[in-house]
Amino acid sequence: MKKWTRRAFIGTGILASGALVIGVAIRPGNRSSKVAGLIAEEGETVMNIWLKISPDNTVTAIIPHAEMGQGVHTTLAMMLADEMDADWSKVKFMEAPADKEYANYVVAKGFIAGDKTFPKFLEGTIDGVFLTAVKSMNFQITGGSASVRFTGQQGMRIAGAAAKAMLLQAAADTWKVPVEELKAEKSTISHPASNQTATFAELAQAAAKVKAPKQPRLKTPEEFTLMGTSQPRLDIPAKVTGTAKFGMDVILPNMKYATIKAAPVFGAKVKTVDTSIPSDSEGILKVLNLENAVAVVADGFWQAKSAINRLNIEFESTENDGKSQDDILNGYQMAMDKALEEGSIEEHFRSGDVLNALSEAETIVEAEYQLPFLAHATMEPMNCTAWVHDGKCEIWCGSQNPLGAKAAVAELLDISPDQVTVHNQLLGGGFGRRSETDVIKQAVAIAKEVDYPVKLIWSREEDTQHDVYREATISRMKAGLDESGNPVAYSHQFLFKHHPPEAADLPYSVPNQLIQFTSPNSFVPWGNWRSVDHSVHGFLTESFIDELAFAAKKDPLAFRKSLTQDKPRFQKVLDLIQEKSDWNSPLPTNWGRGIAIAQSFGSIVAEVAEVEVNVEGKVKVHRVVCVADAGFAIHPDGFKAQMESGIIYGLAAAMSGEITIENGAVAQSNFHDYQVTRMSEAPKIETHIINSGNPPGGAGEPSTPVIAPAVTNAIFNATGARIRQLPISKTDLRVSIQQAT
Amino acid sequence: MINLTINGKEYPVEAPAGMPLLWVIREQCELTGTKFGCGIAQCGACTVHVDGQPIRSCITPASSVEGKNITTIEGIAPDENTLHIVQQAWIEEQTPQCGYCQSGQIMSAVALLNENPTPSDEEIEQAMSGNICRCGMYGRIKSAIKRASAALQASTSNPLLP
Repeated sequence: MKKWTRRAFIGTGILASGALVIGVAIRPGNRSSKVAGLIAEEGETVMNIWLKISPDNTVTAIIPHAEMGQGVHTTLAMMLADEMDADWSKVKFMEAPADKEYANYVVAKGFIAGDKTFPKFLEGTIDGVFLTAVKSMNFQITGGSASVRFTGQQGMRIAGAAAKAMLLQAAADTWKVPVEELKAEKSTISHPASNQTATFAELAQAAAKVKAPKQPRLKTPEEFTLMGTSQPRLDIPAKVTGTAKFGMDVILPNMKYATIKAAPVFGAKVKTVDTSIPSDSEGILKVLNLENAVAVVADGFWQAKSAINRLNIEFESTENDGKSQDDILNGYQMAMDKALEEGSIEEHFRSGDVLNALSEAETIVEAEYQLPFLAHATMEPMNCTAWVHDGKCEIWCGSQNPLGAKAAVAELLDISPDQVTVHNQLLGGGFGRRSETDVIKQAVAIAKEVDYPVKLIWSREEDTQHDVYREATISRMKAGLDESGNPVAYSHQFLFKHHPPEAADLPYSVPNQLIQFTSPNSFVPWGNWRSVDHSVHGFLTESFIDELAFAAKKDPLAFRKSLTQDKPRFQKVLDLIQEKSDWNSPLPTNWGRGIAIAQSFGSIVAEVAEVEVNVEGKVKVHRVVCVADAGFAIHPDGFKAQMESGIIYGLAAAMSGEITIENGAVAQSNFHDYQVTRMSEAPKIETHIINSGNPPGGAGEPSTPVIAPAVTNAIFNATGARIRQLPISKTDLRVSIQQAT
Repeated sequence: MINLTINGKEYPVEAPAGMPLLWVIREQCELTGTKFGCGIAQCGACTVHVDGQPIRSCITPASSVEGKNITTIEGIAPDENTLHIVQQAWIEEQTPQCGYCQSGQIMSAVALLNENPTPSDEEIEQAMSGNICRCGMYGRIKSAIKRASAALQASTSNPLLP
């Protein structure tokens, strides 16, 4: 695991002969020698921005994404190495430095194009447009389950294939033989007819002078040697020996530690604080008023934390001081009513005539749902090390958005982004939280007041109470069934629309639909939470369709199948999960089985949960069967691990995850009152992957949206109690289960 | 000044009264494999062994373990070139995702297997439920413990204790 360091830059930035740097088709324009200076050491050849070849014939994949456990460094390196026919045992990876040259055009393209694949011949045009768009956005983000789908498919593979084509051409030119007679294998080019061979490294200099192909031919799945296999993850060995370095683990000479106490109420400011060094504290160096928080800098975190606990801090009052969770939810109800009355509600989707269809329907089903705020609770509490010196700023942290961090720091210090260096570290969990720059800016605000590096560490309490939250929300759903139980009308009114834009779409064939939303003001800060809007709509849509199946007196799985006949991928996923979950087999008393399915981030995931509700009303999820149409799983074991991870993450939220607001502030503070799933509560998970031949789908998020409805639908199956409010722990199931059995 | 014995090495450290062992290990001894997660013994990321027993270093005053044998994740492998059976099992099961909690998970697993080399599923769950993994790798952690247990049974020459 090699990271770019300042030392390496100064020592080796001299390679820089522009002729060695070659662009590939998807990154039009001249690949700058500047990047070569950042990533190449002496004697190395930079083939293009995503790989370099060293004199020892090592191929290094340069990965413009952060590693937060999703195995992205390994998987993307595999995609590049496979196309290149590199010897996997000699492939290394390196995380790309946060530099605008690495702005992830392909990720942006995927997002802006709304996950739609576009015709090949348009790519050139689209690239031009996106280039401009992305440059202004400063993308180098890791999120949206996008790394493999966009960077991998359109970046790493093309880079690898282009490099191979260039190496082949170089060999052909050198040996004066037709390129078609050459073979690339295990980082070597050979010409069997004349019995000549050369390593990639031996050909690298010549290859770098070859004109890069505009559209290198990519392998077909039958030709893959690495893609589709589960290579051991490159980041794992360091993670079992304690040597893997997270942001939290950075140690610099003369570094000091800081912690903060933020205003409990969002938006409040510090009114008074004595910033003189407290006389009763040892090792305290500085007390700073940061306006929305107070910081203490000390010799160690614990000293800083002890001191800050003893400070008398008064915060200004705000209009939100007295607000409670009920106030917020009542406000949402009123906002929804008002938007409907005034006609200001916005349209998400409309087809047919819902009102008319509802009036003619045989059966009406109506339900209101409610979801809570959720915190991310990454294992590694928020932290960032910053050092402001010589008109420059260096930061060390685990970020999903290092270029965003760079821009934010430059703006804060009013210096050029070129003077800001982001040393990205491993992330101890991201889930969307580490795409924010709030903690980074705070660390820099502290560091600019001192002349040494400062590591800012938030306590778990601050991490819980000053997160950016998945929104609490309400939703109103109404549907009409005809006399045969077929849904003919579907009306859904929800709050807030972030992204992806298609999250609220109904995947089922219902002729008359009206989906609307409004976005009331909220003083609780919002942030991307694993699967984002799908975490809301997966629960809403899949709970309500289950209600419709029950009203129609149909089997929930068969009902879903009957309404997705125009979606062959859904049909296959449903067929396979029916088989793998033994859908029709009997269960013990007090047990129930529930299903949910959703398409998100390019993958289609169905889950069947088997739950037991005991006489005390306690819910135990015993087994989850997961079937995913992954398009094509590049790293099947990594894909499975992501499904498992997303299920447990979503399950923690479904069972007990709830952030509530009291007196304008978050009431929970740590793992004792924001409880997460532990091993004793974790179900057995069985994942089955379908490689449907579609483009690779996302892995990091798509299993999260469906676990909550799979479990609540299973609870309904066991008890007859329909859970319309998350978390499940809010509902007392004692009476229901006793009546059911 | 107190003297701590960590992984067999002496560390004379300045620890203010009440300072938890976690911060001494991380900041003064610069052994960063032991992690801070919650500060209130709820998550297990800071688990180390004191005389072979797993403890939460975030709530254990450093002064209370002077003169005892402290073992951290950096100290469980038999030597520089060999991994502990549990670490090896962790790699074979491809257990970690983000990896932040894994030092604590492994320390709890090693302590469990020292006490009970052939734990049942329930015993594993009981011993490991103080360790949170937000990436949700519980299934793989359990499989890795079983794999380590089996390797332990198969091995006569490879004592588990560091």
